[in-house]
Amino acid sequence: MTENLFELKKVSKSFVKAKETISIFEGLDMTIKAGDFIAIMGPSGSGKTTLLNLLGGVDQPTSGEIHFDGKRIDNLSENGLAAWRAANVGFIFQFYNLMPMLSAAKNVELPLLLTGLGRSRRKASVEAALKLVGLDDRAGHLPKEMSGGQQQRVAIARAIVSDPKLMLCDEPTGDLDRATADEILKMLQLLNREFGKTIVMVTHDPEAAKYAKKTLHLDKGEFVKEELMA
Amino acid sequence: MSDLYLIFKNLTRRKLRLSLTLFAIFVAFLIFGVLSSFNKAFNSGIELSADDRMVVVNKINFTQPLPIAYVNKARAIEGIDVLTWCNWFGGYYQDPKNFVAAMACDAETLLDVYPEIVLPEDQKKAFMANRQGLIAGQSIAAKYGWKVGDRIPMNSNIFSQKTGGSAWDFDVEGIYTGSTEQFDTNSVYFHYKYFDESRSFGKDFAGWLILRTTDPALNDQVANTIDTMFANSFYETSTDSEKAFNKAFIAQIGNIAMIVTSVVGAAFFTILLIVGNTMVLAIRERTGEIAVMKTLGFPAARIFKLVLGESLLLSLIGGLLGIGAAWLIIGAMKAALAGILPTLVLTPDVALTALAIMVGLGFLTGIVPALSAHRLNIITAMSRQ
Repeated sequence: MTENLFELKKVSKSFVKAKETISIFEGLDMTIKAGDFIAIMGPSGSGKTTLLNLLGGVDQPTSGEIHFDGKRIDNLSENGLAAWRAANVGFIFQFYNLMPMLSAAKNVELPLLLTGLGRSRRKASVEAALKLVGLDDRAGHLPKEMSGGQQQRVAIARAIVSDPKLMLCDEPTGDLDRATADEILKMLQLLNREFGKTIVMVTHDPEAAKYAKKTLHLDKGEFVKEELMA
Repeated sequence: MSDLYLIFKNLTRRKLRLSLTLFAIFVAFLIFGVLSSFNKAFNSGIELSADDRMVVVNKINFTQPLPIAYVNKARAIEGIDVLTWCNWFGGYYQDPKNFVAAMACDAETLLDVYPEIVLPEDQKKAFMANRQGLIAGQSIAAKYGWKVGDRIPMNSNIFSQKTGGSAWDFDVEGIYTGSTEQFDTNSVYFHYKYFDESRSFGKDFAGWLILRTTDPALNDQVANTIDTMFANSFYETSTDSEKAFNKAFIAQIGNIAMIVTSVVGAAFFTILLIVGNTMVLAIRERTGEIAVMKTLGFPAARIFKLVLGESLLLSLIGGLLGIGAAWLIIGAMKAALAGILPTLVLTPDVALTALAIMVGLGFLTGIVPALSAHRLNIITAMSRQ
């Protein structure tokens, strides 16, 4: 039996904008099993990024509960959430968001500064992560010296270096050409299949969604359709 | 990689901006170091004054003499431990351009009144034993190449000898050092008796008396007794603590402390605005990166420390370079200005004050951007990207 990694129970989220309350979710329920690779699709404003923010602990619900690995996380303090993110979540962004002044290796090492690992173990982890994404020969290069695809691979290495259970990807191929996008998606697929990483990916690209095991269609804060991939 | 590495990398990402900001800080601390050292040198007489040491001068002004007969009368006053007297010689060595701060003093009591004059025992004995003996500070001895045992001529631009001529011969019997680095070692002292017996005018008069009281608490009482004792005489006295006397002397030049404070204050205020503005801009440019770091799990407090650390490092690098340069400049000027400011030196307390200002500057310029970074909302920041 596959265990539940995430459980969202009656989650509501609303914002106040110009004195008007805008509701994104109202009583949303969702379950993500360990080892899932879920693509979330939907039109702009459907709540994809908000959902990803809630799952990543960078935002908190207005009401409802979020459980991760059996523990409630929605009621954690800001520092508690930061520590939880550092230990459990790897983030991949559309525009890579690497630190421009740091080399690829140093960018990958960044999350490890939040662990108690010593220098030599951090070095070994960084080398392994870069090797996994095929960039061990570019360790000393700055982001500006690399292509978009290479930068996204560095971002993937950064996301996996601390061996998190969960990877959250926000349009990871949105800035890449088709061939490079496919490379990145295959890599995510490999991480899911071979390394058991649970991946939640927000995308507008139906081709990208094909790499996931399951696609959830979100519209106006509700899941309207679920597709299982072959 | 450590937090310090991250701070350093962030600091050095824009080389031109860093160089210009560092240069501005460098100049401010250079000005501070140099001016503060000058201020210290001007005021060193005040700072080094002993609490129990007092100066008795002619009430008209300190260039007017006092009868030597006052010495014995004053010595009888209760509360006085030891008393000596000196007379300004107005000396020069070989050439009128070679000014020498020379004083004819009572050799028997001089070193008791000024324990700051450090002299080897054998040199002390030799000086006491030789009426034509002279002790020279190590700075002036080094300047003119004097050694113990040398016989040197010294002229006065005030006094002449009974026999005619203005040159006196002296035997260098001792080279003294100061008990602190700031103590003036650019002066020479010789026997009043030798001077008084041989000068053509002013015999039995001294320039000023210097005394130590048995207890600084008795200073006012002693001063009052001395001045009352000689009131309504031809030579009325004015007795002050050495500190007050030196302060009044320095005040004749001008309010140097105020000048230094004004210039340094203006420099630091400008730097505060420049560096503060630079830091705010630098952090604003990095809003997205800070949001990413927070997303990765960096706690707000650590982000705060990183930003504040950057501002502190910037201030420390610029400041230390500035103080280092000031130290070199003061060192280079010391010899050239030895005659005017013998105690010109960048003292540890000036360096420590500078260090405190560096920390303060770093804190003040970093606190606003550090707080902004601390409070930065990840979602708001990411949506701005």
